[in-house]
Amino acid sequence: MAIIIDENTKAVVQGITGYQGSFHTERMLSYGTKIVAGVTPGKAGMEVHGVPVFNTVRDAVEETNANASVIFVPAAFAADAVFEAVDAGIKTVVCITEGIPVHDELKMYWKVKDNDVTLIGPNCPGIISPNKSHLGIMPPQIFMEGNVGIVSRSGTLTYQIAYNLTKLGIGQSTVLGIGGDRIIGSDFIDILEKFEKDKETDLVVLIGEIGGTDEEKAAEFIKDMSKPVVGYIAGITAPPGKRMGHAGAIIEGRMGTAESKIKALNEVGVEVGKTPMEVAEIVKRVLKA
Amino acid sequence: MKLHEYQAKQIFAQNGIKIPKGKLAKSVEEVETIVKEFGKAVLKSQVLVGGRGKAGGIKLVNSVDEAVEKAKELFGKEIKGHLVEKIYVEEQLDIDREMYVGFTLDRANKGIAAIVSSVGGMNIEEIAAKHPDKIARKTINPKWGLWDYQVRELLYESNMPKEYFKEVFGIIKKLYNVMIKYEAELTEINPLIVTKDGEVIAADARLNVDDNALYRHKDLAELKDYTEVDQLERIAEQKGLNYVKLDGNIGVIANGAGMSMATMDLIYLENGKPANFLDIGGGASAELVKEAMSIILQDKNVKVIFINIFGGITRCDQVAEGLIKALSEMEVGIPIVLRLAGTNEEEGRNMIKEFLKQTKEEIALVETMEEGAKKAVELGCKNGDNN
Repeated sequence: MAIIIDENTKAVVQGITGYQGSFHTERMLSYGTKIVAGVTPGKAGMEVHGVPVFNTVRDAVEETNANASVIFVPAAFAADAVFEAVDAGIKTVVCITEGIPVHDELKMYWKVKDNDVTLIGPNCPGIISPNKSHLGIMPPQIFMEGNVGIVSRSGTLTYQIAYNLTKLGIGQSTVLGIGGDRIIGSDFIDILEKFEKDKETDLVVLIGEIGGTDEEKAAEFIKDMSKPVVGYIAGITAPPGKRMGHAGAIIEGRMGTAESKIKALNEVGVEVGKTPMEVAEIVKRVLKA
Repeated sequence: MKLHEYQAKQIFAQNGIKIPKGKLAKSVEEVETIVKEFGKAVLKSQVLVGGRGKAGGIKLVNSVDEAVEKAKELFGKEIKGHLVEKIYVEEQLDIDREMYVGFTLDRANKGIAAIVSSVGGMNIEEIAAKHPDKIARKTINPKWGLWDYQVRELLYESNMPKEYFKEVFGIIKKLYNVMIKYEAELTEINPLIVTKDGEVIAADARLNVDDNALYRHKDLAELKDYTEVDQLERIAEQKGLNYVKLDGNIGVIANGAGMSMATMDLIYLENGKPANFLDIGGGASAELVKEAMSIILQDKNVKVIFINIFGGITRCDQVAEGLIKALSEMEVGIPIVLRLAGTNEEEGRNMIKEFLKQTKEEIALVETMEEGAKKAVELGCKNGDNN
């Protein structure tokens, strides 16, 4: 089953003729992802790695029945791309773009919410359901099909933990980065809800970081989950008031510290690994129990 | 990006919010000239840090002589690590009452938080703790904007005295427009004052705008005050690197924000202290790795560098190439701990092994990030001052 994307996902790539769009389209195709169309205004009729290009998402959906979109357009045009995808009837939108103005992100959030669309990102590495589909920029070779779901605010750290799991022989159902920005389309709870219902997922790894209160809110939700959750929180050494790479990774006043998040998770019985290696070891132990 | 008070006040004034009479001074002489014109005045240090009043950055002066004396004190003074280079000179006001109006990004509710208080002058956390009955908060959905009934609710719920309703109502609406028009992350009037003559005036002004939106606000982008940014952080920003200086002695280079933080945390778990956060991002080129090295080496506290790469899009051979280039062009002289995993890991490691045969520089190749942190702390202690 996996969550959000699987072998039936048919995706359109918005911004397919750009460097990033073209490069990652090739990688997604070679993984076996069904990329059925690309969109770049004014470039209809072209082909990129054998994928037909359309002027609008609406045209692409009419021709190919695409049901998902992955967005590689520059920050200034990304919100427009999300709105276009939603209005063309796309139900899953993955937005990779970094650096989108936060007031645009607020509008994106409410646009997808009102239309019952799942938005992953922005400023994220995408989503992979190993051996089924990959929408994003992840290194697919490090993942293995299995029963652990991973949801994360970070990219590379997700790869590291997935890689540790794979090395221990533990595979993944779906792995996704929800993005490093302050306003993102799907938060931890949105994804935990889906993993809780997914028959292929037996355990969820939650990778958080400083900033905001999303992990604290997730802890409230985890209290009532039937599946075990294992955590990791980055940023115990981050100073207050400084943005640590991600727009959302900032301790504001006393809000958003790693301590507060670890405490909230521990209080609902979530073991939080101190290192990425320890996270994998905890997962192994919990799965056996 | 944070704007200075005098910049924010100009924007407030352009948007119909009353501000006191004021002029900017960059020297003691300029302060003197302005105070001659104003008579009694307030000298306000223009530093981008909260609580400057309590830290001695704001002075009331009642004569030109006093103004000159205080201006000499303020210029060049450090306030919470920020150097005073500009003083905003304002007329003194007869204050009858202090209030608060502010808007900020509301992450949790995906909207804009509106906060109004019928008391002010202290920070908003203090107001909330001391006067919970005089503060009101609401989330505004940006889709619909701020409606009049919400403003009325804020006024009633903050127990705003009736006689100020009309004025404050207008200010709340105008400040919300500033929040939206300039794509702010935060804007605040604290205190919003009522003078003895019954005038309602913004005595202070805060406006933090979204860096990502600056391309749409060229006039704001020009206001960026680089003297307020740490010099190394500024150089890093221009090179496209995310760098934050810390006070430890172990330099950190990693790819990805989460990975960089995790690397710092690991060093701390091994009882070491990271010297910085430095994220070279995804798909970093050899050139960028070289730039990262040169920035870290400018921090003289650094006794060892831990480079932690998990190659996804970033290729380990490119990182190795950049590192070799850096080491060939500059003398590093301190040990490097290197962990390369993921895409093209073998190629990268082999390149480093070859390079090690012909260099005096010390590079310790490690297998995991956990092992790397341990090694870095060990070398940092040996090479440094044991802190």
